[in-house]
This record gives sequence, structure tokens and C-alpha cells, in this order.
Amino acid sequence: MFSLVKKSLNSAQSFMSSREKILEAVLKNQPQTTVLPDISMFKGDKNDIIQRYVDVFKTIGGSAFIVDNLDSVKDLINEHFDVTKRIVTTLPELSDSAELISATVDPHTYEDVELAVIRAPFSVAENGAVWLTDEYMGQRIIPYICQHLAIIITAESIVPTLHEAYEKIGLGSYGFGGFIGGPSKTADIEQALVLGAHGPLSMTVFILK
Amino acid sequence: MTAGLFIPCYVNQFYPSAAKSTLQLLKKLGVDVVYPAKQTCCGQPMSNSGFEYLSQGCNNLFIDNFSGFDYIVAPSASCVLHIKDHLHSAQNEELATIIRTRVYELVEFLTDVLKVEKLDAVFPHKVGIHHSCHGLRGLHLAQMSELNAPPFSKPKRLLDMVQGLEQITLDRSDECCGFGGTFCVAEEAVSVKMGKDRVTDHTKNGAEYITSSDLSCLMHLEGILHRNKSSLKIIHIAEILNSTV
Amino acid sequence: MKQSETKDHAGLAEDFIKDEERVNWHDGALWYIREKRDIASKQIPEWEQLREAASKIKSNVISNLHEYLLQFEANLTKNGIIVHWAQNAQEHNEIVYSILKAKEINQMVKSKSMLTEECHLNEYLGERGIDVINSDLGEYIQQIDNEPPSHIVLPCIHKRKEEIGELFHEHLGTEKGLSDPTLLTRVARKHLRNVFLTRRAALTGVNFAVAETGEYVVCTNEGNADMGAHLSEVQIASMGLEKIIPQKKHLGIFLRLLARSATGQPITIYSSHYKKPRKGQEMHLILVDAGRTRQLGRTDFRDSLKCIKCGGCMNTCPVYRKSGGLSYHNTISGPIGAILAPNLDMKKHADLPYASTLCGSCSNVCPVKINIHEQLYKWRQVIVKEGCAANTKALGMKAMAWTLSSPGTFTNAGKAGRWFLHNIPFVVNNKLNPWYKQRDMPEGPKESFAEWYAKNEPKR
Repeated sequence: MFSLVKKSLNSAQSFMSSREKILEAVLKNQPQTTVLPDISMFKGDKNDIIQRYVDVFKTIGGSAFIVDNLDSVKDLINEHFDVTKRIVTTLPELSDSAELISATVDPHTYEDVELAVIRAPFSVAENGAVWLTDEYMGQRIIPYICQHLAIIITAESIVPTLHEAYEKIGLGSYGFGGFIGGPSKTADIEQALVLGAHGPLSMTVFILK
Repeated sequence: MTAGLFIPCYVNQFYPSAAKSTLQLLKKLGVDVVYPAKQTCCGQPMSNSGFEYLSQGCNNLFIDNFSGFDYIVAPSASCVLHIKDHLHSAQNEELATIIRTRVYELVEFLTDVLKVEKLDAVFPHKVGIHHSCHGLRGLHLAQMSELNAPPFSKPKRLLDMVQGLEQITLDRSDECCGFGGTFCVAEEAVSVKMGKDRVTDHTKNGAEYITSSDLSCLMHLEGILHRNKSSLKIIHIAEILNSTV
Repeated sequence: MKQSETKDHAGLAEDFIKDEERVNWHDGALWYIREKRDIASKQIPEWEQLREAASKIKSNVISNLHEYLLQFEANLTKNGIIVHWAQNAQEHNEIVYSILKAKEINQMVKSKSMLTEECHLNEYLGERGIDVINSDLGEYIQQIDNEPPSHIVLPCIHKRKEEIGELFHEHLGTEKGLSDPTLLTRVARKHLRNVFLTRRAALTGVNFAVAETGEYVVCTNEGNADMGAHLSEVQIASMGLEKIIPQKKHLGIFLRLLARSATGQPITIYSSHYKKPRKGQEMHLILVDAGRTRQLGRTDFRDSLKCIKCGGCMNTCPVYRKSGGLSYHNTISGPIGAILAPNLDMKKHADLPYASTLCGSCSNVCPVKINIHEQLYKWRQVIVKEGCAANTKALGMKAMAWTLSSPGTFTNAGKAGRWFLHNIPFVVNNKLNPWYKQRDMPEGPKESFAEWYAKNEPKR
């Protein structure tokens, strides 16, 4: 009798999907539930936050400029980048000097972008990173495929740490979002730092006062 | 206060002078010291090799030798840590538990129990402290370099009390020497390379002596120094703290 | 694969150490990263509290994994990501193959994923006519050299730039003798950019998977995961079950710890949150068990599943630094590899828990506070009990245990010739003992302490 029951159980098991087998094993092997810790005490301070952001961003290989308005941004772009090459942007205000990014064209067509100028909702002082979502990027590939990346943020949007950053992000309604903290880099060859691995060779942040 | 003197097996055999210094130093500081003659080994070599289940005989013998003392003191962080972490007994768990709380490495005994503030010792040499991993990360004789926590060092504090002694600063404050019990033979190549690099850190920074609260590390380093005819010497910290002019 | 199938860690490490200049370089490079990690962590006053919080969050994940998996799956589905479950490497590889086959894709680009290394995905797909290119520079270098990564964060840290130059000369046609890291990186950038632009499918690993939102986070410095993913029409993510975290806000804790622990950077350059497919794109996520549920059931070892793969334990481990990652003959090397591997194949990996001095530095740098060195000790006990330890070791240990528990034998053996020199494994006095290869033994004094004490101290 017992062996019969066991047999039928075994055959039932063999009909279980991998999903069911894995979930069953997890349930069987996981220990008694422990509680999640309270993490509300983790926060940073806002003192001197703009300067701190600028300092950190420079240490990770980026360039930061504090500017008054978009005209200064245009001047700095003319000064620092090869404007004879393809420049794309999400900012209509810059459309006289740059091509507006289309959300619908094939992303491969952005392969030859020299400079992308896009807005970011905020950045993080402790690590220099800016937060972007697909809405801000124009196309997901833009901040990764361009040779040089320029980001425009407002000074008051800078948050101290990632804790405040995730408070701002909330659950998020984006399809894709990402922190970008500097030009792409690698040190895979003998730990020698090289800026510009696969993504941008440089990253510039313009902080609007 | 009566302290049982626990002299690890290899110290007994190879480094009796460190054991004598420990005994003399404790006596100088007013401790009544007894050496139970039937002691052998804490059982660590077996346990660390995965044969903890064979160490029951050693454990029972240890309990026979050392129950009843107010404190048990040993000039070896590694053996003390082993007792603290792994001394158990099916027959006498109560006694085992008491022993686990009463066993001290010499430096921590001097610092935490005797609260030594002054020593009558002279050692006019340049000395580097080699923190044994068991002393450092097991017994917390000093702050561990990995942690974001305030620095302290019990051996350094004691050596500061020794007249004429100059402590040198190492490039890597608490790197392992590579002894590791049976590791030193099972992984001979890695063990020796680690030892050589540890020695180099001391020679490079001008040490005349490497000291430690663990002779197992020092035995390994001495083996390398001796083979390479180095003038750098090893010395157990008890011998420095007990030294006179 | 070049990796030796016959030598154990000690043997492979001995080979690595023969080239002392390389070892010194390797040791120094990794120690430098450890130092950068120290500086970065000490700039955060709440560092130790962050580690504690991360560890507790991961404890909760482990204890509630069943529910989080269901929640994650439901949210992924809601977001339009197709979910697959794989019990083992074989099933994982079959799933990837079937996804590609359905789209008639025969070329794929892959960013760093230790899981797919563990599954030997590239070999599996290669046998079926699908070409995979690893896009992380270090992994690409390892791939063209037909070697597995030696470090989970720095895949070719054991290689010198001249060797990499030689590989590039052979595979990418660079000038012979070119070894400048910047120039070599530029060549790889150009070559791999063309790969990204021509691959219809991209596979990435997963650093964190948020149950609450059904999104997953991939961290890179090079931007290779994003280059592949955003240009692909089919995006696949492979993840081990343990990568789940409960809530979005927990990313704040983990991302603060990850890069600082790994390389001393404040954050990886790219921390990408993938939630929904792009218009016209297909996204798949494969949840892989491959031994993880078994490890979950091992009380003493389940905390190894907390690992966030920062590689910090490797950088700080003196044994790793002197022996090189390939000596661990396992995808995940170093201390964390040594506690994960025996769960996968205890006999094959019985040597790994012994490839440590138990110094404990690994546990101190671990951002999720895994008690790595204690688990190494515990694995040794299990390996012996399961009969996986070498036989000679077992016999020697028994003899030693018997002698050490009998004071009579011990002291009688003590004098002439010293019992020790015959019995303690590291001092056995014969030429075959590895101790004597490069070390001397202390010259035994005339008298042991016990003998001296008996003579000089009054009986009590």
C-alpha cells in the first residue's frame, strides 16, 4: 500500500514543471522567516552639496560646470566638443545646434553620434551619478552609444546619497532607468585605468544654478 | 588568583624560553601560576583539518588539566582561540563552558585582567609586530584593518611600556603569514610565499625582530629566515615583556 | 579549456608561484584594490551599519525566498518580461538555445555573467552553431585565450599586458609588441562596437532583482551590458535564485556597498534598471537553481547565498593573491568560491576549503557579512565526514588524535628525537616533508619546558 502511494507520488513529481520543483525545494529548504531591518536612519546631509557633487564627479573622471543658463551650455559645448560631428539632444532649446532625438527610429542609427546632450531629473552627491530614465534619454541607447555624453541638471535637484535617490525614484513608471556615474571605464588590462571602454569616452555635467 | 599555565605542545618542545618568560612575567606581576604537567595539545591541528570529531580525547584531557583555575593563560593566541571556540565535552559540557570563558591569551590577560599600566622591561631594538590572525580577528587583540572602527592595539600598548624599544610600521599591518596549521605543508608553495612576503615587509621597514603573540607564525617565519641566513630574528612577545637589561 | 583537470589547488598554486615576478605583481595589484576599498569604506561613517543592514536584508530574502520568487515572477510578467525556470545548467542552456532558435539567431553578445560561465553556456551554444562573444573586456580576453575568468570582477587580472598584446596580435591583428593598455582597449572598443551593432540577441547577468517591482539591475563599468541590450531585439537575463531583493529602496544599501567593496569606486559607472522591453523588443529572464536550493537547505552554509559577487574576499585573501584564481579550478574562485563549490561537487572541490589559512580577512570585508572563514572550517568537517578527504590525511590524523589524548605516550615520545618530529604533520622530520623544502625547523632545545618545570619548580 505504502509503496503504491510512494510510486504515484513519484510519478506525480515527474510531471511537475521545473518551476514547481524549484519552488517546492525552496519552500522545503528555506529557514524560518527573519524580519527586514529598518533602514530609515540611512540618509546624507545637504551641506555644501553642489561642491561635493562636483568634487566627486571629477574624481571619477567627469567634468562638471556650474552654469547660469542654457546659453552658457551652448558656449561650453562649442568650446569643448567637435561640433562638426553629429550632436543629438532631447532639449528643444538646443535644437538650433543639435538634432532632436527620435524615440521611434532604429537605435542602430545613432551609431555615429559624437555628443548627446540630455537632461537628467537629478544626480547624487556621494557618487557623482546622474539618474536617467528612457523618457529622459530619448532612446535607451543614447547615453551609451555616444562618444561623449553631456547631462544637464539643476543645482537644487542634487541629493546627498542613494537613499534619497531611491526615495525620489519611488517604484518608478519607466521601462528602463539607470544611474550613470562618469565616462565608461575599464582597468581590465593590468589595472591601468582607461576611460572609454564601450560607452562614452567622456562625460560632462552642466549644473544649472 | 591562581592561573593555570597552558603551554601549547610545540611551544613546550621548541620554544621553552617563551614558556619560561610567560611564567616569570606572570609571577612578577603577582599571579600564582600552576603548570598542570599532564597537558598535551588543544586539538586544533585535527579540528582545522576537518577532524574535529577526533579531538574529543584532547578536549577531555584539557578539561581534566584545567578545570578549577580562576584563569587559564597561554602564550598562544591560536590555541586559546581554539579552546574558546571549540572546547566541548559530551561528559562535562558544564566544565567545558566554564573553561571557555576563563581562558586567556597572555597579551589579553595582561591588558584586560591584570590591567597592566607599567612594565619593568628593557629591549633596545627595532621591533615589528606580526599580528597572528587568530589573535587579531579571533581574539581582537587589535583593531582589524578591514573594519571602519576606531584603532587600538593591545600588544602595541604593552610594547610601548618597554624601555628602548622602537616599533616599526609595516606596509601591511595585519597580513597573514601563511602558517595556517596543516596549511603550511598541504599548501607548501603558497605558505612559503606568504611567509617570505611577510618577512620582506619587516626587513624593508628596518625591523631587527619580529614579535608576535603566536609562536606558530614565528616558527614558520623563523624557518624561512634561517634557511635564507637572514639576520632578522623572531621573538615571542612574552620574552620582550619579561626582558631586563 | 586549458585548466588542469588533475591537479588540486596546492598543485596549481605551486605552478603559478613559480613565476615569482608575476605573483608579486598579482599580489600587489589586488592589494592595491583592497586598499582602495579600505579608503572608500572609511569615507562612509555608517559603513559597518550598512553591512549589517545588507546582511539582514539578505537573511530575510533567504528565509522568504519562496514568496519573493512568486512576487518577482508576477511583476516580471506584468512588465512584459517572459519568465523561465531552470533546475540546472543543462536546462538553462536549453532555454537560451530555444529562445535564439525561435528567432533564427546564430550570434549573440553576452555581458559578464558568472552564472553562464558556471553553466558553460558558450560551449553549449557553440556546439549548436551559435557564436557567443563576451563583451566585458576582461572576459573577452579570457575568451580569446580559451581560459575561464580568474576573478569574478577582474577576469584577466593574472595576465600581463604583454601577454594580452600577444593575444590581440594573434586575434585582432594588432602590431606585434603592442602592449599599451589604452591602445589595446581602443582596439577592443572598435572591434566590439561592431559586435554590438550586428548582434540581434544580447544576454546579461543580473546583480539585483527587485521582487516588489519586477525589475532587475545590472552593474558594469564599461557600458557593455547596455550596448548589447539596447541594440538587441531579443534580450535575455540569466540569474541565480538568490539575486532577489525584497524592495526597491534596498538598492540604496546594496549599490552603496557593491562598488566600494569591489574596486573602491563610489558606484559602478552604469547601474541599469531593466523593467520593460523596448517597443518591438522581446525580453526573457531565466531563474536558475543549479544547486542553490540544496545550499539553501544546508544550515551552516546557506548564508553563502547572500553573496553579491563584489570580489572583495578575493582581493583581500592572501592565498588568492599568491595563488591566482585559476588554481581554484571553479568558476567562482577565492574564499567565496571555496564555500560555494563543495555544494556543487563535494569530491571534486574537496581541496578548496583547505586552500585557506582561515585568517578571516574575507569575512571582514564581505559587504553582506558572510562568515566565510567559519564556513571554510565547517566545510572541512563535512568533507571529512562524507569521506571526501584524502585517505593518508585521515590515517595521520587518527594517530595524532590518539597520541595527543594520551599524556603518557606524549611525554614518553617527548625526549629523544622528540615525539613531535615524528607526529605533527608540519614538522615530521624527513626530506619528503614539504616543510623542509624552503624552511628549517627550530633546533630543538635540550630540554622541553615541561622537563625544566619538573626540575625547577616546587611540586604543588
